[in-house]
Amino acid sequence: MTVEHDFLVGLSKSFGLFYLIALSIAVLIYTFWPSNKRRFDRAAQSILDGEDKPWR
Amino acid sequence: MIAQLTRNERLHAIQIGLVVAVCGLLLGLAGRDDPIGLHGGLIFVAGLLAIFLVGRDYYAPEPSDDRLTRYYDDPSKAGVVLSIAWAVFGLAVGDWVAWQLVNPDLTFGGGWSSFGRIRPVHTTSVIFGFGGNGLIATSLYVLQRTSRARLPDQLAPWFVLLGYNLFCVLAVTGYMMGITQSKEYAEPEWYADIWLVVVWVVYFLIYLRTLARRKEPHIYVSNWYYMAFILVVAILHIVNNLAMPLSFGSAKSYSAFSGVQDAMTQWWYGHNAVAFFLTAGFLGMMYYFLPVQSGRPIFSYRLSIISFWGITFFYMWAGSHHLHYTALPQWVQTLGITFSLMLLVPSWASAGNALLTLNGAWHKVRDDATLRFMMVAAVFYGLTTFEGSFMAIRSVNSLSHYTDWTIGHVHAGALGWVAFITFGSIYASVPWLWNRDGMYSAKLVEAHFWLGLAGTVIYVFAMWNSGIIQGLMWRTYNESGTLAYSFVDSLVAMRPYYVARAVGGLFFLIGACLGAYNIWMTIKNPGLVATQGGGRPEPKLAAQPAE
Repeated sequence: MTVEHDFLVGLSKSFGLFYLIALSIAVLIYTFWPSNKRRFDRAAQSILDGEDKPWR
Repeated sequence: MIAQLTRNERLHAIQIGLVVAVCGLLLGLAGRDDPIGLHGGLIFVAGLLAIFLVGRDYYAPEPSDDRLTRYYDDPSKAGVVLSIAWAVFGLAVGDWVAWQLVNPDLTFGGGWSSFGRIRPVHTTSVIFGFGGNGLIATSLYVLQRTSRARLPDQLAPWFVLLGYNLFCVLAVTGYMMGITQSKEYAEPEWYADIWLVVVWVVYFLIYLRTLARRKEPHIYVSNWYYMAFILVVAILHIVNNLAMPLSFGSAKSYSAFSGVQDAMTQWWYGHNAVAFFLTAGFLGMMYYFLPVQSGRPIFSYRLSIISFWGITFFYMWAGSHHLHYTALPQWVQTLGITFSLMLLVPSWASAGNALLTLNGAWHKVRDDATLRFMMVAAVFYGLTTFEGSFMAIRSVNSLSHYTDWTIGHVHAGALGWVAFITFGSIYASVPWLWNRDGMYSAKLVEAHFWLGLAGTVIYVFAMWNSGIIQGLMWRTYNESGTLAYSFVDSLVAMRPYYVARAVGGLFFLIGACLGAYNIWMTIKNPGLVATQGGGRPEPKLAAQPAE
């Protein structure tokens, strides 16, 4: 199996560009989705709880 | 240790020891005329040792169910001790290597002690021995606390910890016998590589199994970083080490790749080892221990998520900047430059996030050397990632590549960032793990901090000077168009900086020795047993600035 150089260049310049941009947008949407803020705040605070026992 | 295992787990431990011993025996027999035979013997002894240790206490009473109401921290404790032991060993070898560059006679004439063999002993001991054990120890600690779930069983974490250390011992002893596949940071040969894959898969499974039992619906960001570390290191390790051994009785193997593909695969691995071993894992540490030690939640949780995905997306593509001006196609090099520059965004987002978390807790940074270790780590993380992006640019790289500037850059990251965040996290977690009021001596932590910082700064400045002088001397031409300096001229110019570097390294080593003594005394001294239930201080929330 040989993969041509031009094919790889073409792939990285087309699909390679857009899938990374799409992933970035998806991450930004997840991060700034308003209803996610509550769970993020909760997560940030949760490690400061003194509770030091497993629940199971 | 054994008494904590259930009868079933003891049985499985003996079975694993048996399999390991048989594999070692076969390897030793097949390779009796090869250096691999010695390693076979070593693996055999390791397996026997496991069987003997477990077998001795096999009929000891089983632990009560009471244990299930507490986190399982024994592997983390052992990991911390192993980590600091590797740190002292690895830094000592590193300083020896540094003095060898000042005075080549310091090999004392042995083949095993030549620069080319001792140098990977240093890098493997500090990166995998010190860093890796620190990551395993803290990740199991953080995983349980953030999930509010106990580890799913008690045998798998021991298998991971001890198996991983067997890998490190095989690696380090192999180099001294001349066993290496000559790939930087991936030197161990095929049999050690296969063993590490087994260990690593079990490590990842522990993570998944514990997360499946978690109470918190959201997985805390530290775990994302730790999991990226485990998963990506597995991928990198497997692909870069695809090789065919000469035979089952030979340590020597040949890579599946050749030429520039081999070089690209190696530096795809090499740079992502920096990214996911030396960065992602330690960011996981930072995102847990820095907020807890300062008693403040992370400045922006959202920013930490964006940094996480930024790092995972971008780092994958940056490796080609190690191959500027080579046979690698120009566009691949340029791709590496572009992604290296973009990496500045998530890197500085993390460094800034850490420092902004400390806003309102700066008085603690002043008083508490443990927190100061973490603060300085964040600063060096920011500095090193800036320098790294800069050095990835082709024209800068033409000056810096192959010079000591690279060594300086790596040590700014390894000493200033990785070692500092690890020491900080260890100093934070030792009193919590062993249920003590605090470290044996706060003064020794303070001394360690200043010795470490002084050593790092001396080291990095010496290498900056040496590297830039080297780079400039190698590219200076005279009127007739030939090189103005011979290579030996540049060696003579570097000598004072090599002395300075070795002294800086010595400071760092002495600091780590103080740390090891302090940790040992904290563990040993029963007079420090915490007064109330847990050693972990009730975090006091400082007043928060308006969002």
